[in-house]
Amino acid sequence: MKIPRHLLSVDDLTRESAIAILDTAAQLSQLSEGKMKKLPTLRGRAVVNLFYEDSTRTRISFETAAKRLSADVINFNAKGSSVSKGESLKDTALTLQAMGADAVIIRHPSSGAPQRLADSGWIKGPVINAGDGTRQHPTQALLDAFTMRNRFGGVGGGLDGLRLAIVGDILHSRVARSNIFLASMLGAKVTLIAPPTLLPVEIGEWPVEVSYRIDESIEEFDVVMPLRIQRERMNQGFFPTEREFSRHYGLNIDRVAKMKPEAVILHPGPMNRGVEIDASSADSARSLIVDQVANGVFVRMAVLYLLMAGSHELPENALDQERA
Amino acid sequence: MTRTLLSNGVDTDGNSINILIDGERIAALSRDASQISAHDAEVIDMQGMTLAPTLVDLHTHLREPGKEDAETVQSGSASAVRGGFGAISAMPNTNPVADTAGVVEQVFSLGVEAGLCDVFPIGAVTVGQEGERLAEILAMAESRARVRIFSDDGHCVSDPVLMRRALEYVKIFDGVIAQHAQDPALTRGAQMNEGAVSARIGLKGWPAVAEEAIIARDVLLADHVGSRLHICHVSTAGSVAIIKWAKERGINVTAEVTPHHLLLTDELATTFDPVYKVNPPLRHTSDVMALREGLADGTIDVIATDHAPHPEEAKECEWDAAAFGMIGLETALAISSRAMVDSGLMSFTELIARMSSKPAEIAGYTDHIKPLEVGRLASLMVVDRDRKWQIDRELTVSRSKNTPFHGLEVGCYVHDVLYRGTWVMREGTVIK
Repeated sequence: MKIPRHLLSVDDLTRESAIAILDTAAQLSQLSEGKMKKLPTLRGRAVVNLFYEDSTRTRISFETAAKRLSADVINFNAKGSSVSKGESLKDTALTLQAMGADAVIIRHPSSGAPQRLADSGWIKGPVINAGDGTRQHPTQALLDAFTMRNRFGGVGGGLDGLRLAIVGDILHSRVARSNIFLASMLGAKVTLIAPPTLLPVEIGEWPVEVSYRIDESIEEFDVVMPLRIQRERMNQGFFPTEREFSRHYGLNIDRVAKMKPEAVILHPGPMNRGVEIDASSADSARSLIVDQVANGVFVRMAVLYLLMAGSHELPENALDQERA
Repeated sequence: MTRTLLSNGVDTDGNSINILIDGERIAALSRDASQISAHDAEVIDMQGMTLAPTLVDLHTHLREPGKEDAETVQSGSASAVRGGFGAISAMPNTNPVADTAGVVEQVFSLGVEAGLCDVFPIGAVTVGQEGERLAEILAMAESRARVRIFSDDGHCVSDPVLMRRALEYVKIFDGVIAQHAQDPALTRGAQMNEGAVSARIGLKGWPAVAEEAIIARDVLLADHVGSRLHICHVSTAGSVAIIKWAKERGINVTAEVTPHHLLLTDELATTFDPVYKVNPPLRHTSDVMALREGLADGTIDVIATDHAPHPEEAKECEWDAAAFGMIGLETALAISSRAMVDSGLMSFTELIARMSSKPAEIAGYTDHIKPLEVGRLASLMVVDRDRKWQIDRELTVSRSKNTPFHGLEVGCYVHDVLYRGTWVMREGTVIK
């Protein structure tokens, strides 16, 4: 079982390695139900959270995951990244390397910045992408897959046959770009529902179906995932008004009522209640939004564990040994 | 006066050629060395290498004044010579902008001082290249620099009224407006070609239509006012189609394509290495093929480098933060030959014409228009067409290293360059 050296994109994963991460996360979640919340695995290792963008939940989730594996966590908030705005990515990376960072978790507003970090040789340890521009957010896709699998599948399996609808601002969404390719790789059938202004122009090669209207097919899906709409997009003319967007693409009580009985709602957060999702949908029994947050920690523990714990080969019973 | 006989060379068609140089000019030229009386001349055996006129570039960024850490007129001239160029055209996006007679004369003088090739300044169309009001175009045309090409390159003259006036105004001296065709509203924040690759990797797209819409408008404007238009760095299949249509209608338009747009595609952006970040961006394979065909059939007139040097830190960063542009003078002939001659689309002779006499004609660089013949200025290069060499970013003569071709093995090695009868490069080493 080959675990990649870095986790920059879901493209770094195979179906096999993605399932291994999900299975490891499942084992870790079971452990946490017991008494032992903290594992000694990464004791003495330093993990840096290098965040060039505001983020509360992802940073805290990674921090919690690292601490539960006994790693030391250094939070580096570096807003304003370009050469003109102070220290360059290169100099920051060299500094972190000199200070002994064993792994770098990076969030950056520029698509591809984590890949630059990984390819440049400025950092020796693994680089984990915690969201870059509008490109990728692989741990989000993994935690979404984990959440979907918990509901519809089981350990050792994928998402085969599952119907997933991703709704809203696909164009600017790294969550969509990650979920589309990971969920498809795991066997799900993905449909994108959005106005054409919020879809990239050439997605012919993507493993998806596209629909411009949510009401045409809402009853077909097992999982509906509305994406956060940023208000600034309205000013850029991607849609006329929030009200119009919400009326035609928002998840609301009427649409939720039409969903399959067992269908669920996921949202990557933070939500704009009343825009892409209304309060009754967000708080309904179908909503797994809180589960996603909890699962995020397990998935990120699994990623840190597999990328940092020495060998890239996962020993058959590594976690059993830890427990013993 | 020194006399030099270049014996045992071949011309671009492969026929044997011997050239006697007397001072600045070609004194005799023959297939048969014995036909040339050269008893007092230094004889240099060309060992079957190709003798061709030096190349002419219509699109060069020399960065001086203002950005001397990236390039100077001197280092850019040396880089040009390394690539076989005998004339280059300095784009005005310097600091200060070359929008007055003073600045263009300064650049011109620096070129003369460097003494490695002809440096012809291009003047800005609008004050500060800000697209608001016309610069003193006539003053630049009548300065010692005798500017004939005007461009806001780096920016598009997007205001249609201003573009119309500029086209009209340069008719006074048979000048030409070189347009950087890019609708600014359609490309705000754009990072790479808009297409399947940008969709996948989440970089903001620069759609082909932003170039094509401006070209369509400008050929119609040029037609309406009866002036000359030149299109910089054409990058899309649609642009080729529009220019072809315009030429068929008899509109006075010429166009250039860069070597990198003839070889590279937007797939390279998936590396996120900003050495591949350029404006206009690298496009799809179908665009590359259309550009090659357009160049072969004459729709696109010339190859121009858009040599755009940048210091290391402008490229050693994340993609969004990086500068647009690639250096190209030293690799232009090798890359163009690979794209056009090796692919069988064009003869080597035709390629050289599109990189020397044809651009000289568009710009009115009279010393560079004629083929090698008796009486012509002895600006010529010696090319070893069979020699394979590897492009190495560490070995650039330019002050900058931002070549997208690092590591590529190519042919067409420029061995020596003669500028106005003086060797400015011997065996690959620029003299001075």
